[in-house]
Amino acid sequence: MSDLLFFTEVTLAGLGAGALLSLTALAFVLIYKATRVINLAVGEIVMLGAYLFFAFAAGLGLPAWVAIVLSIAGGGLVGAILERGLIRPMLGENPISVFMVTIGIGSVVVGLVELLWGTEPRALPAFLGNQPIFLGEAYVSRKIAIAFLVSAVVIAGFVLLFRFWRGGVALRATASDQAAAYSCGINVPGVFSVAWIIGCATAAGAGILLGSIGGISPAMGVFGLSALVVVIVGGLDSIAGALIGGLLIGVFEAWAGTYLGGEYKIVTTFGILIAMLMIRPYGLFGTTEIERL
Amino acid sequence: MAVDTILDINNIEVVYNKTIQVLRGLSLAVERGKIVTLLGSNGAGKSTTLKAVSNLLTLENGAVTAGSIRFDGGDTARLAPHALVRRGLFHVMEGRRIFEDLTVEENLTAATFALSGRGVKPKGFDLVYQYFPRLHERRNGLAGYLSGGEQQMLAIGRALIAQPSLILLDEPSLGLSPLLVEEIFTIIASINRDLGVSMLLVEQNASIAFAVAHYGYIMEHGKIVLDGPTERLTADEDVREFYLGMSGGENHKSYREIKHYKRRKRWLS
Repeated sequence: MSDLLFFTEVTLAGLGAGALLSLTALAFVLIYKATRVINLAVGEIVMLGAYLFFAFAAGLGLPAWVAIVLSIAGGGLVGAILERGLIRPMLGENPISVFMVTIGIGSVVVGLVELLWGTEPRALPAFLGNQPIFLGEAYVSRKIAIAFLVSAVVIAGFVLLFRFWRGGVALRATASDQAAAYSCGINVPGVFSVAWIIGCATAAGAGILLGSIGGISPAMGVFGLSALVVVIVGGLDSIAGALIGGLLIGVFEAWAGTYLGGEYKIVTTFGILIAMLMIRPYGLFGTTEIERL
Repeated sequence: MAVDTILDINNIEVVYNKTIQVLRGLSLAVERGKIVTLLGSNGAGKSTTLKAVSNLLTLENGAVTAGSIRFDGGDTARLAPHALVRRGLFHVMEGRRIFEDLTVEENLTAATFALSGRGVKPKGFDLVYQYFPRLHERRNGLAGYLSGGEQQMLAIGRALIAQPSLILLDEPSLGLSPLLVEEIFTIIASINRDLGVSMLLVEQNASIAFAVAHYGYIMEHGKIVLDGPTERLTADEDVREFYLGMSGGENHKSYREIKHYKRRKRWLS
């Protein structure tokens, strides 16, 4: 019985971590959906969001909620600047070139963070509390439970937004055919900006949650790689795919980490990626004719 | 000027990729409330002309290097494509270009962005469904699963949502059965009659274009070679032969005949 309980606890922890993966994957998907750009800098924006929170909450001593709002807004601002300054001039270029630019952005962000805050890992000020939560008998870390809830609410919000908000239609129309979107009176460059702003703001928010669970360091952008696996598994242009892919990868990583040992976590993740690319290269929910990575 | 023109293209030149010149001094005008057709063979520059008007040319690395285009009295050169749409110029692109992974209704919703900042009231989708009852039946289905004719109806339906004063129609007959072509053109004509929307219609199918248009232009190699009211064009011997496929008499001509070539030359000069 206690084996089953342990298994449940591991699974719940995996779901929590998976929800964070989903949230980060969502940032990928939002930007890809509207602009067809694979933004490899998402992991670094996640990291930047965490450091911004650190700067506002620990450095300036602002209350946690103010720091949260400011960091998310800061992430959005960075997204706007990146889109306007670096991505829009690249419009119409080879997708691989744009892709490379985002890798460059990632490196620059890491460098800037190291310059400003140094390379050593730090802990974020605690603001989520520490009392454990019990679901029945199973123990769940409070932080992970909160991360799960926040991710779930945000993702549900985006799903609804895309379904019922007129702007969601504009985003999907732009992704489907830019020239036709223009011809319908949709402000295509505006849609690009909005996608980058929302995507980067989401990533920054995910960074705060991630940092408050595991601490922050300039190398935490590697998390973005797992999130990239999630979007490839779930489908590059599917929000539902990001959600389910994230939970799937999170749970498998937790199982592998517990039962096989920590060194098997990444192996499992990328094992799933390889299997997925062989069976369904466009992901679980991705549009079939989409470019394959 | 006595005639009220809604669109005035004045001596424009268009160059793609800074190297390939497609239009060489093309001029044409669309009178308000009228259907004007622009005919020509493949590669004459018809679609380019429409894209130059709607400014979608920039997406394909094309640019208007000389001349001017005035829509509703204002120069279009500095306006982004979506800004032009919001002023009432709607371009129904070649090949329909509907959003395939959106539903029919979402496709129409996308077109409501054309009304932003114009102070006009959205009329709802009933007008579209009135002209195209078939779209109503399929309003919740994915647009990609519509038949070619229905997709063309949807493309025109999107234009109706935008409440434009001028519609640019690029080969609405493309890939449709003769029966459907007739149905669609009947609707095009009645939209023009009922709503007073001006139209610039690019076609390969000259006879159906002449059936609805008031005025016609014929272009070759990037410029206009002949124009006039449709009655005059349809009576023109050259037009009858080259565009309406009527050889005028029983002596069927061969493409090898030198006379044919000479006559073609004549109107080019």
